[in-house]
Amino acid sequence: MTTTNERRQEYRNLFKQNVEKRLLVDKAVRIVVFACVIIAIIPLGSILVEVFKNGISAISYEFLTETPGSIGSGEGGIGPAIQGTLIIIGLSSLIGVPIGVMSGIYLSEYGDNRLARSIRFFNDVFMEFPSIVLGIFAFLVIVLILGHFSVWAGAFALSLIMFPIVARTTEESLKMVPITYREAGTALGLKKWVITFRIVISAAKSGMITGILLSVSRIGGETAPLIMTILGSSQFFSSMDVPMDALPLRIWRLSLLPYDSAQLQGWGSALVLIIIILGINLGVRYFFANRKNGILGQLVKKGIHAKN
Amino acid sequence: MARIKLKPEKPGRRPIADKIFKIGATVAGVYVLVMVTLLVFQLVSESYPIWEEDGLSFITSTDWNAVDGRESFGALPYILGTLVTASLAMLIGVPLSIGIAMFISDAPPKIGGPLGFLVELLAAVPSVIYGLWGLFVFRLYFKDWIEKPLHDLFGDSIFLFSGTPFGLDIITASVILAIMIIPTVSAVSREVMKAVPQQQKEAAYMLGATKWEMFKLAVFPYSKTGLIGASILGLGRAVGETMAVTMLIGNATGIAAIPSSLFKPSQTMSSIIANEFVEASPASLHLPALIAVALVLLLIAIAINVVAHFLVTRMMNVKEGAINN
Repeated sequence: MTTTNERRQEYRNLFKQNVEKRLLVDKAVRIVVFACVIIAIIPLGSILVEVFKNGISAISYEFLTETPGSIGSGEGGIGPAIQGTLIIIGLSSLIGVPIGVMSGIYLSEYGDNRLARSIRFFNDVFMEFPSIVLGIFAFLVIVLILGHFSVWAGAFALSLIMFPIVARTTEESLKMVPITYREAGTALGLKKWVITFRIVISAAKSGMITGILLSVSRIGGETAPLIMTILGSSQFFSSMDVPMDALPLRIWRLSLLPYDSAQLQGWGSALVLIIIILGINLGVRYFFANRKNGILGQLVKKGIHAKN
Repeated sequence: MARIKLKPEKPGRRPIADKIFKIGATVAGVYVLVMVTLLVFQLVSESYPIWEEDGLSFITSTDWNAVDGRESFGALPYILGTLVTASLAMLIGVPLSIGIAMFISDAPPKIGGPLGFLVELLAAVPSVIYGLWGLFVFRLYFKDWIEKPLHDLFGDSIFLFSGTPFGLDIITASVILAIMIIPTVSAVSREVMKAVPQQQKEAAYMLGATKWEMFKLAVFPYSKTGLIGASILGLGRAVGETMAVTMLIGNATGIAAIPSSLFKPSQTMSSIIANEFVEASPASLHLPALIAVALVLLLIAIAINVVAHFLVTRMMNVKEGAINN
């Protein structure tokens, strides 16, 4: 069949119309996709702006160091909450980091068997357990048995959030150390634990520190598990066996009060908390994270996205 | 002449220090298995009284009364509340996240990098601060600009928009949840999309595809599994989220908490626990009921996350295979 000139013209017109439509659709999609990014960034901007704008006027030396005044008076500060947050972060790191690091060493250095595969799987699932359930667990095994609220229960609950994150980041950073490093150690006649601690870990340090600090910034903002473990208090820390305060808990309690002054203090506390947490986060990303090949990218590629 | 004694270690025998090291590492590894077992066991045994009392009707009944002597507990409203808010969050958050992933995976690194970083920062903001912001800032705008107009237009005709738009309701909580799952879903989707081999994309371009057609032809078919996995991962996040929801959902209890309209206060499993756990007396059925709610929440979260885990890891393994070949 021969194609006449009229037919050619007809095809050409069809193609032209079609291309115009396709390019239009393409352009529309580009705009929509860009709008998605903007829509996601607006809340972030708004949160940061509001927290800084409203929080800054609450901040003063007294606010940062004193105990809370009577409810609704707008006096006093959040000293115990700041102190409590630092204590609980320290204690849960004390429990969570060694367990997480050792577990990561097991997964990376001995992790080529069935047991390790199931541990890896449960680690990933455990990481996504609702944190409030972990709080209830700590309540059941510590608070209920001791018969009183305890700082240890809170630290235990937060360590449960922490250790799977530390374990996975440790494992991934140890795996990035070339096998030849280990072989060099073996050739020197070193014992395996010496090789692991002196050679492998010192090579994998920055990835591990990233993981640990990110898990710290994650638990620092955690509220739900603290409700049923350390409860909250308006006194400075005095003993492990009485309730203690923490910044996220204080923010929550302040937000429930109907007074403007409480709201102001809530914003002030939020500012302190967000400075601590974003400070750790940004610092880690700035100093340690090689975004493409670094530990953070590796984790996301494995389908693990630790909350931070 | 002194004789130097060389005493080689017997081949095949490990030094004792290494054995201890291995045992220590193994114990730390097994810790997670012990914790999972103990956790499930504790939740089951401590919630046993309520299962004994109500059986499975605990999950299907709607009463919630903790007053002494008139105690009755049913978890259905909270299970529905969780499922509805989490699904709405998915409905809003997933398309946005996939759009973000498309933009970032395709943008030049100089633009995509910083934007991706900003979106990821959303994950670093503590839940309680989302709650505070939602309560004092977002709710007011959302109420005046979106809820009220919708209510005025459709309030009488469509049941979804009935109720009083007050800001402390299902839709506000869901929107905040959607914002909170965006970083997770978009980061995983982005990696999944980057896993698509460059040749596939180039082949699509070679056929004359526009960028959008390239996504349709090459990227989406290839990364479908991973994208679904990423979304389910987000669903898991939304289901377990506590504080922001507790502060925004309005905290109804019992039959009033059944989600029947977007503008109605409700309650999720995690928020009922956060609200009532400390006041619940261990002697009554109240505490076992809350622990049973936690058990149901845990089982739902585990199921969701196991599915997501398999979908995403399968996708990523496929990618590694594709690169090696």
